[in-house]
Amino acid sequence: MKVGLFIPCYVDQFYPKAGIATLELLEKLGVQVEFPPKQTCCGQPMANSGFSHLTHDIDELFVKSFEKYDYVVVPSGSCALHLKEHLHSTKNPAAAERLRARTYELVEFLTDVLKVSSLRARFPHKVGVHQSCHGLRGLKLSQMSELVAPKFSKPEQLLSYVEGIELVELTRKDECCGFGGTFCVAEEAVSAKMGKDRVSDHVQNGAEYITGADLSCLMHMEGILNRQKSKVKVLHIAEILNSFEG
Amino acid sequence: MGSNAKTAGTLDHADLSDIFNRDEPRVNWHDETLWFVRTKRDRAAHSLPEWELLRETASGIKHNVLSNLHNYLQQFEEKAIANGVQVHWAADAKEHNEIVLSILKKHKITQMVKSKSMLTEECHLNEYLQQNGVGVIDSDLGERIVQLAEEPPSHIVLPCIHKKKEEIGDLFHVHLGTEAGESNPQVLTEAARQHLRDTFLTRKVSLTGVNFAVAETGEFVVCTNEGNADMGSHLADVHIACMGIEKIIPERKHLSFFLRLLARSATGQPITTYSSHFKKPRPGQEMHIVLVDNGRTTQLGREDFRNSLKCIRCGACMNTCPVYRRSGGHSYHNAIAGPIGSILAPNLDMKKYADLPFASTLCGSCSNVCPVKIDIHDQLYKWRQVLVKEGHVSPVKAVGMKAMAFTFSMPRFFAFAGKAGRSLMRLFPFAVNNKLNPWFKEREMPAPPQESFREWYSKNRK
Repeated sequence: MKVGLFIPCYVDQFYPKAGIATLELLEKLGVQVEFPPKQTCCGQPMANSGFSHLTHDIDELFVKSFEKYDYVVVPSGSCALHLKEHLHSTKNPAAAERLRARTYELVEFLTDVLKVSSLRARFPHKVGVHQSCHGLRGLKLSQMSELVAPKFSKPEQLLSYVEGIELVELTRKDECCGFGGTFCVAEEAVSAKMGKDRVSDHVQNGAEYITGADLSCLMHMEGILNRQKSKVKVLHIAEILNSFEG
Repeated sequence: MGSNAKTAGTLDHADLSDIFNRDEPRVNWHDETLWFVRTKRDRAAHSLPEWELLRETASGIKHNVLSNLHNYLQQFEEKAIANGVQVHWAADAKEHNEIVLSILKKHKITQMVKSKSMLTEECHLNEYLQQNGVGVIDSDLGERIVQLAEEPPSHIVLPCIHKKKEEIGDLFHVHLGTEAGESNPQVLTEAARQHLRDTFLTRKVSLTGVNFAVAETGEFVVCTNEGNADMGSHLADVHIACMGIEKIIPERKHLSFFLRLLARSATGQPITTYSSHFKKPRPGQEMHIVLVDNGRTTQLGREDFRNSLKCIRCGACMNTCPVYRRSGGHSYHNAIAGPIGSILAPNLDMKKYADLPFASTLCGSCSNVCPVKIDIHDQLYKWRQVLVKEGHVSPVKAVGMKAMAFTFSMPRFFAFAGKAGRSLMRLFPFAVNNKLNPWFKEREMPAPPQESFREWYSKNRK
């Protein structure tokens, strides 16, 4: 099994440690994984702003970069969802279609493809899990609070394999953090307020760390935590799953 | 500051939300009040194991209705006429208002009582009638409160949810003569009740909305908690019922799905206190039904947005919407606020409502609570594409997006820009560390790392 690692543009630029943790974690689990160097972005920032017609070249570049792999793994729910729903190619439509079905967000790749049932990880801290909306309601990484259906959570399942970790209960377990791509600046007032409220739910319930499968949400919440001079930190779930604190 | 199309002198959703958010404790109160309604909805839904099946079935029934609307409407008209009801067809809001006025004129009526109807809000009937010398009293308590405040409703089910009880007390003191400072809801409700009682007894014409119109029988159903639709219509000589053409359901038995879903989704009640069936005028009474299109057939013709016509106006999408709860209904500057309003409004006027589909994080909670399974957040995404293509977006944003798309389609330029002191960061809206950047107002920017992932990778893995 050959995996192409897609590192979202902002993770590449701002959160390389999350990318490194994803890579190391996959390698530890015996996966042959490569980072195709010509990759850039999934096109979501443009498409969610209404400019999906500008993403053709980005899509072609993506297909060209990843067509030779069995799977594409992305440590970001919203980028993975965008690729699954919107990746198109006029040059190679069959490859685009195959890639749409073979693109996985990291957590679901671990639970559904690798069927991971244990991990050598230790993280003795209180952690709040942020259910990012695109991972939650798009990729169905966890059961959604609105639906009358059996409960499950793939991120929490993986975190349960981590020694010493204590997950905190949230008052609103799957409310949006308010990042929303360009929404974060176009609708600054509501976006910041949503972020403050989300952060305070984690803080009030005793979290030392906020984790999740989408760094865009975590970056937004980190911005608020840092402005508040809070000691609470954000970490991508890969960083926890890949850590072994003594 | 909003970034989408804006005409001079009008404030868009972002501007209005910014104003709303200047009073943070009030935002907290608004958010918590509506979240409480959402939790009541959750409890009601989770008490029915068949909930998801109910939603699926109701959605399917509405699907059938939308595919055969012409037949059902004709069947409904035929039955209603046979029942002794006068049926009118209105192509748009203007025609709707003219029809209502003509009925009032025929009876030389200058005062009318009205129970809640979002359609008449959509058509701005109250203003129109007022300009033509007809006074309207809204008999739904919430509607009456916003009417006294001279404001539009901020929510389709809870029209005055944005008002605190103390503010309602002040309004009632001025308009209904309650004691200054009185804010006991029971006392205020009693004052409204007494005042409305007189209205019910003296008005000759009553106008109601319609929740469901049954094609099979020609009857229509009006759901209220206060019984005000019944009180008004039973006492009036003339009953006018106004409905959007999408309110049709094929058979009476289908009510068993919709009535179970409506109130549970709206307020968490098993059913509304009153689900009143109106079929034919009582002896001596006149009954009119006004069937209104006002853009609905246009929406029916837009394949991507057709399903929005399934809406039964429960308001669940508003209560769950994290943006609505923190921006208030008036920030949507449209009769119908929230996620559903944001996919309905651009159909009526793309330019005026170009901001609304962007007033969302696309979190998707709206689609999950929708009792008729409208793909609301997907339609918000699709409206964005349409609005950009039709040119309803600021040129500055368009230039920025083109620059972004260009950079991302050029891998070497992307890598170079990233290397050159992280200058690529300027592409990201949150990365400019100054006061002009909206990101920076309440958030720190991410600390720039020593090297990007790709730089690390090229050193450590190749």
